[in-house]
Amino acid sequence: MSISPGLQATPEARELSVIFNRADRIFRRIVTAGALTSLILLGLIGTFLFVRSAQIFNDRGLKFITGSNWTAGSGDGVIPDDFSIGPMLTGTLLVSLIALVLSMPLAIGGALFVEFYATPGLKKVLTTLLDLAAAIPSLIFGLWGVVFFSSYGERWSDLLNSRFGWLPLMKVQNEVFGRSPFVAGCVLASLITPIITSVSREVFSRTPRDLVDTCYALGSTRWGAIKTVVLPFGKSGVIGGAMLGLGRALGETVAVYLLLNIVFRYNFRILESEGGNIASLIALKFGEATEYELKALVAAGFVLFLLTLVVNIVAASIVERSTRHR
Amino acid sequence: MSTIIAPAEKTEVVPEPITPWKPSQKTKSVSIIVFLASLFLSAAIVLLTGLAGIDGFGLALFCVVIVVTTVRNLRSNQKSRKDAFVGVFVASAAMLAFFPWMSIFASVIVKGVRGLQPNFLVENMQFTTPDDELNMGGAAHAVIGSMLMVSIAAAITLPLGILSGVYLTEIRGRLTFLVRFVVQSMSGVPSIVAGLFVYTTFVDYTSKFSGMAGALALAVLMLPTVARTAEEVLKLVPDDLRSASYALGARQWRTSLMVVLPTVRSGLMTAAILGVARVIGETAPLLLTSLSNNSFIFNPLGGPIGSLPTYIFGLLQIGTENSINRAWTGSLVLLILVLVLFTTARYVGGKDKR
Repeated sequence: MSISPGLQATPEARELSVIFNRADRIFRRIVTAGALTSLILLGLIGTFLFVRSAQIFNDRGLKFITGSNWTAGSGDGVIPDDFSIGPMLTGTLLVSLIALVLSMPLAIGGALFVEFYATPGLKKVLTTLLDLAAAIPSLIFGLWGVVFFSSYGERWSDLLNSRFGWLPLMKVQNEVFGRSPFVAGCVLASLITPIITSVSREVFSRTPRDLVDTCYALGSTRWGAIKTVVLPFGKSGVIGGAMLGLGRALGETVAVYLLLNIVFRYNFRILESEGGNIASLIALKFGEATEYELKALVAAGFVLFLLTLVVNIVAASIVERSTRHR
Repeated sequence: MSTIIAPAEKTEVVPEPITPWKPSQKTKSVSIIVFLASLFLSAAIVLLTGLAGIDGFGLALFCVVIVVTTVRNLRSNQKSRKDAFVGVFVASAAMLAFFPWMSIFASVIVKGVRGLQPNFLVENMQFTTPDDELNMGGAAHAVIGSMLMVSIAAAITLPLGILSGVYLTEIRGRLTFLVRFVVQSMSGVPSIVAGLFVYTTFVDYTSKFSGMAGALALAVLMLPTVARTAEEVLKLVPDDLRSASYALGARQWRTSLMVVLPTVRSGLMTAAILGVARVIGETAPLLLTSLSNNSFIFNPLGGPIGSLPTYIFGLLQIGTENSINRAWTGSLVLLILVLVLFTTARYVGGKDKR
């Protein structure tokens, strides 16, 4: 900061020093304790899930993650208990990735449209609707998926299979196209699109207005301004929003439960009518589980918890970094 | 900048800035007519060829618009041609992105209205099977159960959320970054994991599924939303207010409790309402903690309790025509609740800024 001769520097604001007395210290301690509950709660969730399922990890070790069976034993030891979540773990990743791949272009397009193409009136309406859409319970998405969307999903699957059936990804063994990872992925995509769209829109709206205007002044088209200023500026925020959406998709229970034929087998053919994810496994087996099986379910929950926690921590730090500069 | 303009000039009428780059009225109306023509053309394609349904119509429209854009931009330079095509792609992506939830709103309203009869809001399912006609039985027990659990959850999380908001904006201790970070990453805890956590602790300890357990699971999911909104709201309080309070000799605790918090009272209400809207439709945690029930339960510790999401979920699994219709009506009630909560939050939150 250089000071030109005509101007006087405004004095820096004095740092306020507060001396805390006893009442203040008590107040601060209470507030700190309250603020730390979320921290403690997160720790407790991890600890309790781990302690309750420690026996499973102890008994089965890494086989719990890699094995591919979920068989409840007969109790007398003739058929041993065999619990592992391999197919469900890969199923979780598969369905979430389908959802993410499908929703990314839509979300970016939607955010750009709301922020740069819509008229001011339309923009206001769409922003409100977007907030509302992010609050629709996933159960209603599931219901809509089962009753309304699945017939479209089956038709598209049939079409994809007849055109691209030679791809290993699009092969099927049985020509039943409903309740496949693809259909579930489509519904999950429509579930996470509002989340990614509203984060992206928020990031795009922070683009410095003068930079965009400069582009226009230099004769750029709208797309030119978006490509050279908006997208580079908002890139990390969009990635963060995508990670948030991914975290949501990884932990989704009811929509997947209602839309996917849960079968315990490794399956990477997205149009095949079988699959599953960890959360829907827990919902499916919880009601009739034996005590040992319950522990296995808690262990599965612990794995899911760790998975989403990692994704969300990365997402939170990216979003935090890209929206901090105002 | 403002000092350059002399006071006398200020009174003069400022001319509207001209915007030569904006499309003229003529081009606008031509665009609208062309778009309407494309709509008709694609409708004709759907009627006359193999393409069918809404998806077929969308595809036809997209192709027609692409062709029309190509023709209209034959004489323009490459840059604006590219711009026009990107515009088409962005608009189609936006339409595709907005279509699912438009369709959800529409189908929930259309299919749910049929079952929305007075009995749906006053009766329970104790003496009615899901397959009975829609003029028998209702979801009153589920609404009451949901309200009960959500209110308990709100009563637990609101103070905690406010405290963490106050910590982040007033105290600003050493743990500020950590607390904010934990709240952020906690908002991503899958709902079923919250259910499992309460199951392994509270349900195990009381050896009973109950509304209280459901409320605790919902509270875990609600806390991040409430804490974050509270922080956002408290950030809006101007520092002048705090300085004024300190200047009058108030201590930090008095400043926070009697100056800062009262100014954002309605904002904190918004935080609570948004938290409620976030969890009222959660199904998965309730499947593990409160189960479901067909009769009126008012005691949060008195065993399994009905709730709107588990009611819908149960009906969906039965899968007969009437039960699915009931599920749609339940979804309509749930959606209306979310809508009302959202509108209230906006209305209450808007008051602060004025």
